[in-house]
Amino acid sequence: MASLIGKATRRVDGIAKVTGRAKYAAEFNLTDLAHGYLALSAVAKGRIASIDISKAEKAAGVIKIFTHKNAPKLPFSDPQDKDGVAPGGKPFRALQSDQIMFSAQPIALVVAETFEQARHAARLIEAEYEKETSETDILPILGKGVPAEPAERAPKPRGNPEGAFRDAPVKIEAEYTIPIEHHNAMEPHASIAFWKDDRLTVFDKTQWVYNVRNHLASIFGIPEGKVDVISPFVGGAFGGALRPAANVMLAAMAAREIKRPVKIVYSRRQLATAHGYRPQTWQKVRIGADEKGKFLSIIHEAIGNTSQFETYSEGTPGTTRSIYACPNVQTDYKIVKTDLATPLYMRAPGAVSGMFALESAIDELAYKLKIDPLELRLINYAETDPEDGKPFSSKALRECYSEGAERFGWSKRKLEPRSMRDGPLLVGWGVATGTWGAYQAPSASRITLKADGTALIQSAASDMGPGTYTTITMIAADTLGLPVEKVRFELGDSRLPEAPVHGGSMTTASVGSSVQEACRNVLKKMFELARKGDASPFKNVPDDQLECENGQIRIKGKPGVGLTLTEVLRRNGLEKLEEMHNSAPNKERDKYSIASHGAQFVEVKVDEDLGTVRVTRIVEATAAGRIMNPATAHSQEMGGAVWGIGMALTEETEIDHRYGRMMNPNLAGYHVPANADVREIETIFVEEEDKIVNDLGVKGMGELGMVGVPAAIANAVFHATGRRVRDLPITPDKMI
Amino acid sequence: MDKRGEHLEDWMNEEDWVEPEERRITEDEEKLLDELGIFGESRRRFLGQVSAAGLSVLALQLIAEQKALGGVGGRGPEDAALIAEKLENAVKVVMQINGDKKTLEVDSRMTLLDALRERLQLTGSKKGCDHGQCGACTVIVDGRRVLSCLTLAATCEGKNVTTIEGLANGDELHPMQEAFIKHDGFQCGYCTPGQICSAVALMVEAKNGEASYVSENIQAKPRAVQLSDDEIRERMSGNLCRCGAYPNIVAAIKEVHTGKEVAQTWQFAAGDDLASLESLREKDEEG
Amino acid sequence: MRPFKYTRAKDGAEAVKSASANSKAKFLAGGTNLIDLMKEDVERPDELIDITRLAFAQIKTAGGGAVQIGALAKNTDTANHPLIRQNFPLLSQAILAGASGQIRNMATNGGNLNQRTRCTYFYDTAMPCNKREPGSGCGAMEGINRMHAVFGWSDNCVAVHPSDMCVALAALDAVVKVQDAKGNERSIPFADYHRLPGTTPEKDNNLGQGDLVTSIEIPKNNFAGKSYYLKVRDRASYAFALVSVAAALETDGKKIKEARLAMGGVAHKPWRASAAENFLKGKEATRENFEKAAEAEMKAAKPLEHNKFKVELGKRAIVRALTMAMSSGKA
Repeated sequence: MASLIGKATRRVDGIAKVTGRAKYAAEFNLTDLAHGYLALSAVAKGRIASIDISKAEKAAGVIKIFTHKNAPKLPFSDPQDKDGVAPGGKPFRALQSDQIMFSAQPIALVVAETFEQARHAARLIEAEYEKETSETDILPILGKGVPAEPAERAPKPRGNPEGAFRDAPVKIEAEYTIPIEHHNAMEPHASIAFWKDDRLTVFDKTQWVYNVRNHLASIFGIPEGKVDVISPFVGGAFGGALRPAANVMLAAMAAREIKRPVKIVYSRRQLATAHGYRPQTWQKVRIGADEKGKFLSIIHEAIGNTSQFETYSEGTPGTTRSIYACPNVQTDYKIVKTDLATPLYMRAPGAVSGMFALESAIDELAYKLKIDPLELRLINYAETDPEDGKPFSSKALRECYSEGAERFGWSKRKLEPRSMRDGPLLVGWGVATGTWGAYQAPSASRITLKADGTALIQSAASDMGPGTYTTITMIAADTLGLPVEKVRFELGDSRLPEAPVHGGSMTTASVGSSVQEACRNVLKKMFELARKGDASPFKNVPDDQLECENGQIRIKGKPGVGLTLTEVLRRNGLEKLEEMHNSAPNKERDKYSIASHGAQFVEVKVDEDLGTVRVTRIVEATAAGRIMNPATAHSQEMGGAVWGIGMALTEETEIDHRYGRMMNPNLAGYHVPANADVREIETIFVEEEDKIVNDLGVKGMGELGMVGVPAAIANAVFHATGRRVRDLPITPDKMI
Repeated sequence: MDKRGEHLEDWMNEEDWVEPEERRITEDEEKLLDELGIFGESRRRFLGQVSAAGLSVLALQLIAEQKALGGVGGRGPEDAALIAEKLENAVKVVMQINGDKKTLEVDSRMTLLDALRERLQLTGSKKGCDHGQCGACTVIVDGRRVLSCLTLAATCEGKNVTTIEGLANGDELHPMQEAFIKHDGFQCGYCTPGQICSAVALMVEAKNGEASYVSENIQAKPRAVQLSDDEIRERMSGNLCRCGAYPNIVAAIKEVHTGKEVAQTWQFAAGDDLASLESLREKDEEG
Repeated sequence: MRPFKYTRAKDGAEAVKSASANSKAKFLAGGTNLIDLMKEDVERPDELIDITRLAFAQIKTAGGGAVQIGALAKNTDTANHPLIRQNFPLLSQAILAGASGQIRNMATNGGNLNQRTRCTYFYDTAMPCNKREPGSGCGAMEGINRMHAVFGWSDNCVAVHPSDMCVALAALDAVVKVQDAKGNERSIPFADYHRLPGTTPEKDNNLGQGDLVTSIEIPKNNFAGKSYYLKVRDRASYAFALVSVAAALETDGKKIKEARLAMGGVAHKPWRASAAENFLKGKEATRENFEKAAEAEMKAAKPLEHNKFKVELGKRAIVRALTMAMSSGKA
């Protein structure tokens, strides 16, 4: 049987998804289910002076209404509510005080017999506020920024950045801003909670069932073993479901109070303040170079917003330290408190914002130097990590540049802006570099080989869309020598062995490695069992000469003699063979700089009269170690590219700073790209053989595909029009 | 020589030899198929097209649900009557849903989407925005794609509703469903039922010669149109996909629409299969 | 959504009678905007009169080359009807520029006329809005007003009418037929149908309680060969207009005999660009004249803080729409 790895494989959950049978959090069917609906604050800051629920209580179907006045005061046994993704500070706790920390904060929960009744009653709640002045824009208060990291942890300047910049013969200095953006996954956050005796079960939309389990256990002061969190399908999250949202705790609270299962689904409007967002950022980049384009100094400052109660940060300028060879580098990163909910990681957090600024600035420098922007990047190629001198475990970025350029036709590009046309449209070509760390975290998995010849793999991972179900199934099948059809992978359930958070593009590396190792271990045990008995054909045959192919143990090179896993188990009087395994990242990793890389090439066509920009072509050249499933990996890169289009051209959460209120908390006013905004997207996988990163050679791709795209688009827009837009998104009003 | 090796004969039995063609199903899957109402010959056909891994995903959630619910149990028909009793402005409505006649007593405020999801357990139709801004709730009513989130259930008297659950012909997937799987036209899967219902209805619209904003000649007499990629993109723009699967969605629809294979747009750097990509690009430029 | 009584009208007379009897009753047609607004608690009817099954869905010739479009015909059916595509392609294009396939399959022509602004302050009940709650103030005036009006706004309201279809109907001098409680039918010229906000922004149009739009009539014209609907928006599709232009020309050789221009996304009602039309009449169809016409129209614009771009964009959009109209829609 040829290896499954690297073969385009259809999603194992494909049938479930195209037939509507895949069940998401809100879709589990419970007797006596009551519906919860949140009422949100109308002001951004202050306190609730009074709240009148009398009209709402009288509305038909209302079972109970919870406000800060009558909600049970829960134990909250951990200051961070055991949220493994919580930044520093105090987490927001819904209905536990009269304080208003942000506009559209939950102030009441109505529980009623039906959704319609709950929604209506929530509208009847009347609150009065003692209002305070709020600040929700960082631009007027940049001076209030405080270092995102304590001085001892913050990266120190490398070399003499200020001096080198001052003395550099060629310089660029520019400021860039990115507005708040929202994840806007298609599935709204939803929870269904019910108690049976003292056991809490929750169906929840989450990227980390263990986190929600621990969170609820700590809030209710009960053992973690008494909470089950189930989340078999996640309808997109992109970071938005990393932290437990308020609804999960409120559903559990309400369910216990009314002794019925309670479901709370956020409305699209409510989602804007339910789970966080990409922070607003201001950045300033200064680059000094010699006449040949060699970077002499890079100084990258970034300021992002956080809430009043938590210190969210995402390492915005961090990639600048390692992505190019430059002797003098300084990155300063600050955060500013605003009267908004806390931001949260959103696809390629930090990196995509930081790289938008850096990669735009490099493009600006290229025009100043009259050097091809791709060439300029090659001139400053980092052969080893300039930050600490470590070698890269693997880095095929150079190949990404060349393969991508060739595929894209970069050599036909004319350097001058406004030099390429397609009829009445201006054509622009832009490039940018992408990078993302190749993270891996400890992960547990369990494998059960069954006498019926199938394998069950279990790990409390999540699949918000990248194809975890499929990839892990492939890895297990490949390692065990079973056809994919004989392997079943269960995830999304806190009763399964613990997996790390489904974020940071590390699921395949973490869970995949654990599963691979577990499969190897169980196979070893099977070999051992197969050798038992005098008549065994494998007696005295060492492990390294045995293999399992198509469910059959045999001697390498002797396909004729085989023993099925089923028979081996039966011979040994076993119904199944189970193996629990905890994996940890390879220690060797510490000796290397480890990252995935990509080169992203973009073509835009601009209707200059009308100010409209269309991205007509994107080529993503991607070096992310070994590709498990190119079909789903391509989809990841495609998704990253589409996100890049959104960030560059259409996405912006509008806030009326007078009220501190988000004004487009919907999908009509907040423009995620539509089908017509997206044309050709090609992926070239430049594979890297990398056994240091992990034995699978996997680096991860979900974030990588987005990182360079917004800058590449802005660069292409400049190339097309000669207009440099430094404030995203590039909407028609900025092009007129 | 017997390929099994003579000396093994007394060691193992005939039936232990793996027959790769033969699909054996697990207990969980058996349960699932029972639950789905797929028996006999149907079961064999269904298994022919669904990988066990895929089936096991279905089994997983079914089992998870049953395990999780424990004694709590699922909502039964008696609940529906109970609910109706508590409603103000109840409206009785009879409609055909996926070919079955359904009689419901609904709150006048209940949308078709909520009736499907909350009352009929047809949760394939998704609630993405509940305001007509995303298309996840798209169903086909009397042959046309519409948004079930902006349709009051009360207005559906006598209507014929097809949801994602009703597209497959028994256990045989609709060609559009198959094409979406083949071209990986989804990731998280949440917009997918809406995309597919929308695409299925779009095929009829194209046949009827309906125009779009990007159609070249509006004045032309309506007759069956061959949709270019840009036409598909425009006409599918009412279905947002946050995962960004659009190019794959277009590929799936195009394949069903034209009956011709559509090439993939990824490659390994060392690969030499560039020709198909070139032809794809040329075609696109023509269109 | 507040509780409401749902009734299904048997005929127009019954519908109008029920609606006249209850000031909190509303007609329900496609529902694409009304249900949306009811979920937001912006619209609060206590009775919905379902009129979707009434016999006002026909599209037919109406003598003298005019075409009558039933108020309850769906947007999709209207855009694709051979009578419309052949005689008024501008209308087809405008309809098809709006919303999505699904919404056009649901939305009716009458509903399209009566849809309400998408102003974000109107939609958010925690925000001031004179249109939603007279006297509460206008949130957008000094708030986020990138999408808002540059023509005809008042101190009370800067919202825009969101329709594309209506922009074409304004350009085509359509007439709206209305049935009232007394059984009388009256005709409202399109220009008089929608209102500017003035001191009563809560009133979008000149219908009275219980008035039912039954049809829209478009008079015969000679614009079919030279018309174009241009829509500029933030996203390539499925987004409201920043600026849109319906342009229709009748020429005699190079000379413009008649010009019709209307704009969307710029005012509380579909904005008939009369200044530009007047300038063009009798002039040659040249880019220079198009630019002058655009200049003539847009000089009266009064932009707000965030929508200054609409003045320049409006000019360019007028020029582009006229240019496209001259080449029968081909770039």
